[in-house]
Amino acid sequence: MQSVRNPDAGKVKLLLFGEFISAIKSSLRNPWLNISLLVTLLFLYTPIIVLIIFSFNDSRRNIVWKGFTLKYYKKMFSNEILLEAFLNSIVIALITTILSLVLGVLTAILLWRFQFPLKSLYQGMVMIPVIVPEICIGIAFLVFFNMIGWPSDLIWPLSLAKIIFAHSLFCFPFVAIVVRAKLVNLNWECEEAAKDLGANAWHVYRDIWLPHLKPSLIAGGLLAFTLSLDDFVITFFTSGPETITLPIKIYSMVRFSVTPEVNAASTVLIVVTILSVCTAIFLQKENLKKGSFE
Amino acid sequence: MLSDRFRAKNENSRKVFLVTFLPPTIWLILFLFAPVLIIVVYSFSQKVGLINIEVNWVMDNYWRAADPLYLKIFAKSFYIAGTTTFLCLVISFPVVLAITKIRQNWKLIILVLLMLPFWINLLIRTYALIAVLRTRGFLNSGFEWIAAHLGLRFEPVQFLYNDTAIIIGLVYIHLPFMILPIYAGLEGFDETLKQAAEDLGSSSMQVYRHIVFPLIRPSVFAGCMLVFIPALGSYLTPELLGGTDGQLIANVIERQFKHANDWPFGAALSMVLIYVTCGVIAVWLLVAKRKKS
Repeated sequence: MQSVRNPDAGKVKLLLFGEFISAIKSSLRNPWLNISLLVTLLFLYTPIIVLIIFSFNDSRRNIVWKGFTLKYYKKMFSNEILLEAFLNSIVIALITTILSLVLGVLTAILLWRFQFPLKSLYQGMVMIPVIVPEICIGIAFLVFFNMIGWPSDLIWPLSLAKIIFAHSLFCFPFVAIVVRAKLVNLNWECEEAAKDLGANAWHVYRDIWLPHLKPSLIAGGLLAFTLSLDDFVITFFTSGPETITLPIKIYSMVRFSVTPEVNAASTVLIVVTILSVCTAIFLQKENLKKGSFE
Repeated sequence: MLSDRFRAKNENSRKVFLVTFLPPTIWLILFLFAPVLIIVVYSFSQKVGLINIEVNWVMDNYWRAADPLYLKIFAKSFYIAGTTTFLCLVISFPVVLAITKIRQNWKLIILVLLMLPFWINLLIRTYALIAVLRTRGFLNSGFEWIAAHLGLRFEPVQFLYNDTAIIIGLVYIHLPFMILPIYAGLEGFDETLKQAAEDLGSSSMQVYRHIVFPLIRPSVFAGCMLVFIPALGSYLTPELLGGTDGQLIANVIERQFKHANDWPFGAALSMVLIYVTCGVIAVWLLVAKRKKS
């Protein structure tokens, strides 16, 4: 077996080598394009990678490498305010995701299935939260909650409600866009056939709509989750002094100084973000594989 | 019987319509229109005393916003957002051309790499940039190291806290918004068109000007809007990277609400920002439509 396989492997290696050489050759032909790509990637990633590396640096002076340490992470996990901020951010992002998915799917179905007067105006209205500058939405919420006299001394999960309302307002249009793009190529005949065969509305939703929309639900949900986790400006204005989220906490730390603690907190947030993106890509891939087998 | 069935179906679809129509609409009315309406009302009000606001439908706040001081800040916001858009465009073209020439399996990796920073927190990316650019940051110490090896004296350069720093920060944050639409526009491009033009004797510059660019123009416009609009209303980047006089319009608005405590004037300024943003989008839609026809 081994002996049969080996020549093949050698051939593959040779082929790969050939490809590698031709890739180098073609990149030498127009080096400027590839250099620009490389420089752009360096520009995008150097700051982030430096930030992550120096969260493990054993020196307060954040600039000279003094050896590996986890002490800033330990410090972070014993910092109660930081942990509370992190928990707040995650809870807000999760509830926002669920709310945005519900509102976004409803909007997508509404815009896809029905014709009604002033529909194009309505479509434009849905996009307003995305277009209007964040700062304007932020101060609008500040003034609004101030005017209706929203209580500022609510118990914990309820005290996050203001921020969740604000986040789902600018997250659900994104879900609507993504889901609607997928609805466009939903096969009507499938639904009709299922109904003829005696499926009720629930069956149709569960067995036809849900599998078809699943990739867009994952993509839309991920978008809502990261947008909520990412938001600083709107939260900054909406939340009172009683609630802090991780970006708000990091902001107050950054204003103070550039310290390894900020690097550690940022690294944790980056890891959470990248993990959720990877999970979404993985889930989508599973879905694609299933699709190809059926 | 047929009409019965029809009515049942109609009633059912009416129910579905209400179920899908009401929640998003109520949400929009409650959390978008009501707050923005209050801002509109406030913008015509006056501050009385320290905290009271009297609604008396005056234009004073808008006249104050037309003061040269604030007009200058608006102009500066436009200048910085415009420069950012231009730089993103200039950087994106070669990058997109490079991506289209890459082998398929590498292409996906490069695209994911270009998209990933978009998911990472804006504040963290800005902070990461500060750590690189500050006077005792990595760029300066890199220069210092080189200078020391060449035996030169080196004074740390102040990269931060000026308009250039704001522009660098905005380009850093918004670059993926320009690269991805242009790439999407160029992805389906028919290479044979280019070859045909080359065979007919056009230079590569002519090919780009007369064939490639007109085809990807809509996506270039889209990318420009995706960069220009958020850059115009950006708050965090100028706040952290700009100098004491590096205020853009969003920072001035924030000041009215959090420090100066002049809510009516802040409301008027943010209404002006909303109008300007909508105006830019309207112009863009008009131009896009005209080019299409």
